[in-house]
Amino acid sequence: MTANNATYQMTIDGREVSVDAGMTIMQAADQFGIRIPRLCYHPDLSLAGSCRVCLVEVEGMSHFMASCSVEVWDGMEVRTNSPEIRQMRRDMVELLLDNHPKDCQTCERDGRCELQNLAYAVGVRERLFEGERKDLPPESGSLSVIREPRKCILCGRCVRVCDEVQGVANLGRLGRGFTTYVAPAHGAPMDESVCIQCGQCINVCPTAAFLERSSTEAVWNALADPTKHVVVQTAPSIRAAIGEGFGLDAGTPVVGKMVWALRKLGFDGVFDTDFAADLTIVEESFELVKRLEGNGPLPLLTSCSPGWVSFMERFYPELIPHASTCKSPMSMMSTLFKTWYASKLGLDPSDLYVVAVMPCVAKKTEAGRPEHRMPDGTPYTDAVLTTRELIWMIKSCGIDYWNNPQMAVFDMPKERFDDPMGLASGAGDIFGTTGGVMEAALRTAAPKLTGEDNPQLEFNEVRAVEGLREVEVVIGDHTLNVAVANGLNNAKIILDKVLRGDRTYHVIELMACPGGCIGGGGQPYPPPGTRVLDPELLRLRAQALYGIDEQKTVRRSHENPAIISLYEEFLGEAGGAKAHELLHTTYAAKTPRGIR
Amino acid sequence: MTHPTPAVTDHWDQVREAAEAVLGDEIVEYIRTAAAQPEPASELISVLHKVQARYGYLDTEHLDAVAQLLQVPAATVSGVATFYHFFRLNKPARYSISVCMGTACYVKGADKVVNRLQEELGIDIGETTSDGLFGLQQARCLGTCGLAPVMMVNDDVLSRVTPEAIPAILDRYAKQSRQDSS
Repeated sequence: MTANNATYQMTIDGREVSVDAGMTIMQAADQFGIRIPRLCYHPDLSLAGSCRVCLVEVEGMSHFMASCSVEVWDGMEVRTNSPEIRQMRRDMVELLLDNHPKDCQTCERDGRCELQNLAYAVGVRERLFEGERKDLPPESGSLSVIREPRKCILCGRCVRVCDEVQGVANLGRLGRGFTTYVAPAHGAPMDESVCIQCGQCINVCPTAAFLERSSTEAVWNALADPTKHVVVQTAPSIRAAIGEGFGLDAGTPVVGKMVWALRKLGFDGVFDTDFAADLTIVEESFELVKRLEGNGPLPLLTSCSPGWVSFMERFYPELIPHASTCKSPMSMMSTLFKTWYASKLGLDPSDLYVVAVMPCVAKKTEAGRPEHRMPDGTPYTDAVLTTRELIWMIKSCGIDYWNNPQMAVFDMPKERFDDPMGLASGAGDIFGTTGGVMEAALRTAAPKLTGEDNPQLEFNEVRAVEGLREVEVVIGDHTLNVAVANGLNNAKIILDKVLRGDRTYHVIELMACPGGCIGGGGQPYPPPGTRVLDPELLRLRAQALYGIDEQKTVRRSHENPAIISLYEEFLGEAGGAKAHELLHTTYAAKTPRGIR
Repeated sequence: MTHPTPAVTDHWDQVREAAEAVLGDEIVEYIRTAAAQPEPASELISVLHKVQARYGYLDTEHLDAVAQLLQVPAATVSGVATFYHFFRLNKPARYSISVCMGTACYVKGADKVVNRLQEELGIDIGETTSDGLFGLQQARCLGTCGLAPVMMVNDDVLSRVTPEAIPAILDRYAKQSRQDSS
């Protein structure tokens, strides 16, 4: 064994380099700008070494070695690009392709497929091996995540992300040999398993073996129906990521253009879910203050992330009484569309079609929950589109101004959301990132707790949380123990502490996806140069939201004039009877029960 | 600040009781010991052996119960159970028929015996008839080449089997089953 700080001299492609001991060949090569092709490898997941794409030649070894899993040694000589290794790599990818369907043109991931890109990169130009096809049926019963096992190449990234990042461990490799397939236990449908529908399996899949269940057809039809009044709401994190789909730099905030494109698509009203995020904060901080006064259990657990809510119902049902009863911003917004908005416009709610654009595939399941239906049984939210689906709809419609050289990026039409549900405070905008809901809640709780008009506004201590953070926040005479968790394996750590009674927490913000909604399962596939779960990509997207927040004059949810008039005109008191009837919900333990 | 006791929403007791009822006391006790080990997941295979020894096969109900009581994800349990050929996932037939397909038996026409069995039973190798009476497997050499072609029905060894003899053999076991149950 060598000490950790030792360095080794080695040769990579004829270049003498010195490398820290303990690095793998792949990590060493990455440092020197040599990118060895890879597939099953992901830096945030455990090593699988199963795809054999990252093979390299090591002097003195009788066989090629998987560079992702072999550590360097002193004097090692590595060749990553010899004719032999190029041939071998091409063969490996051809073998992966030999039982893969030849349906790229009709595949959802055409043009954004890692396997397709890899095949091109390693030089597969003809298919020499024609193998037996896997005859496995697709499974599309779930409202959110659907499976297409014929496209699976068994890299196992989905199995690992589900277990190691989300702590759900819903996916396993079933069977053996050629007929091995990835599925929940017993090959059960996703919605009869412990799946929480977060969609991280979709994000990490290099092919289209996992996808969101598409809602685009339903939305096209509604837009074309002259009898329908079609409204759309967009979640905070859409504006932080949608630009990536049109070639803008990651982290470019896109509000005006997005609104403009939605109007071009034909929506009758374009509204901002951030408005409902403000409403959520007003209701939730009312709930928090009540609980701090002794009415209800602490800590208060946030409830806007549907992946987290499903996780709670399956894995931690005993904590259900701790959860805020507030509906998510999406569901509050949709409820208001079919009650307040419909009556303002003199519309029958059944003539209203509500579309929500979400960074999230679990929102599709949330929209279908019986708790989020009108008394007549129809859903408040008629369709949920992911960011990816909206990008495709905009492109498919020929709305091309993003790429129009005549229009510089910031020369965009100054379009804004429609009133009355288009006005949001900066607190509503930051809902889309980890720590954002907490900061928004603290901004609204602070004046109540201190009695001051303009107390602390920014809470940097809850920003940029990588996974899990516990902080003591001092507001006036109050010290609040708060925690922020994203990625459900991190949530487990804090929830176990709550159950053991290690410490009294007052509020815990939980978001299912790493980074919060900006890293959601419905966000764009990572642009070139970035990867799924990339902390840098998540940082840039978060920055876009904080930038929007900083430019706002109103940055506390309860100061949003549109929210104030909503209460005056329609809801009455915060936490009052009407608010409770329309804006709050219930949860219940679900089976199958998850294994913690 | 007071912390009122939360209402009971947990369903662990129901889940646990249901799992215990599926597996029975003896296996529940075995799992309890296994779960106390430093790495309960590494006891999974031995637990599955126990369950199969007791019930003859592993039903999805058994697998889910093992997952809950051992606290190993059901997808992992399901993955292990489907990986190893030793584990049976379907209820074994009342009469398990194994036809030897070793060299000697094959030369003596074991394939024709298998064909006839498939015809008569309407099932493929590895399947069980819908009434659960007969299951059909192939075996490699049973070590009685002098009796080729050989087939076994449960523990009975039948020698020099011909395709023509199959209907009568099946009839005999079907009759025996009716007698056993009456």
